[in-house]
Amino acid sequence: MTLTINGETRDFTGFSHLAALVEALGLDPRKVAVERNLEIVPRSAYHATPIADGDRIEIVHFIGGG
Amino acid sequence: MDGAQTPAGAALAEDTWTVAGRTFRSRLIVGTGKYKDYAQNAAAAEAAGAEIVTVALRRVNLSDPSQPMLVDYVKPDRFTFLPNTAGCFTGEEAVRTLRLAREAGGWDLVKLEVLSDTKHLLPDMEETLRALKLLISEGFQVMVYCTDDPVYAKKLEDAGAAAIMPAAAPIGSGRGIQNALNLGLIIEQTKVPVLVDAGVGTASDAVIAMELGCEAVLMNTAIAGAQDPIRMATAMKHAVIAGREAFLAGRMPKRMYADPSSPLSGLI
Repeated sequence: MTLTINGETRDFTGFSHLAALVEALGLDPRKVAVERNLEIVPRSAYHATPIADGDRIEIVHFIGGG
Repeated sequence: MDGAQTPAGAALAEDTWTVAGRTFRSRLIVGTGKYKDYAQNAAAAEAAGAEIVTVALRRVNLSDPSQPMLVDYVKPDRFTFLPNTAGCFTGEEAVRTLRLAREAGGWDLVKLEVLSDTKHLLPDMEETLRALKLLISEGFQVMVYCTDDPVYAKKLEDAGAAAIMPAAAPIGSGRGIQNALNLGLIIEQTKVPVLVDAGVGTASDAVIAMELGCEAVLMNTAIAGAQDPIRMATAMKHAVIAGREAFLAGRMPKRMYADPSSPLSGLI
């Protein structure tokens, strides 16, 4: 399964929902927000959100800014 | 507090300001960019006495997910996060960014900035007004970075801005208040809070902003870019308080000639 995450193309196997992807990337789900194919995914819905080949995922967080 | 508090002290304690239904005591909002590290950033925000900090939203670094995160230092349970739209040049980009910020922080109070030219970073007001309307239709409470043009400030207020935040000077320039007359006109005509956002360079600039009658001041580089950011954060805290108190006190009239402070009668 090929996903585009934050503009990078990456291959994954072995999981089918967003919660597993966030965990596999080593991210704390409480500190990020996720967009799948331009749709925001609420944190409560990560387990229920399937991911599929070709999905475009954006994972963002707060950084310093003015 | 015990019963011995002075009336003046009591008045000071009650001098709060409210934006979008949320009430704050500190009138100094600080940015979280350009610090040496997040630890210094957090220390500066504490020294400033800030209750609100602006934050930006960016992609996580997938190659190193263990790198320090802002929220581990500047904690959302200690400070009200005000997500910004820095780097957005269209209304659609701003809406997308702030939808994600709302999901990341569960918050609808936001700072809109739609910039134009990267050389001066002054806002594109036509696009800012359009973005504001989009965000309001999405349920956001929007504090709007804008030029010091009273005409556009009125349009933003009429469109439902939660706060009007004119630049004193270009972002990060530290040049202080360039058009006190326009700021005064905006403050006079506006019913929602007016904050100076951007351009403050040192404590006296913050004092002037508050003496003009701003509800609060927002700054980043003036603190982060100082030789000693923590000390400058403390200076800014005092400056904002001093300017606010002077505004409330009402300054003496200016005169052309001297007026002796010691009586001239009874001289030996």
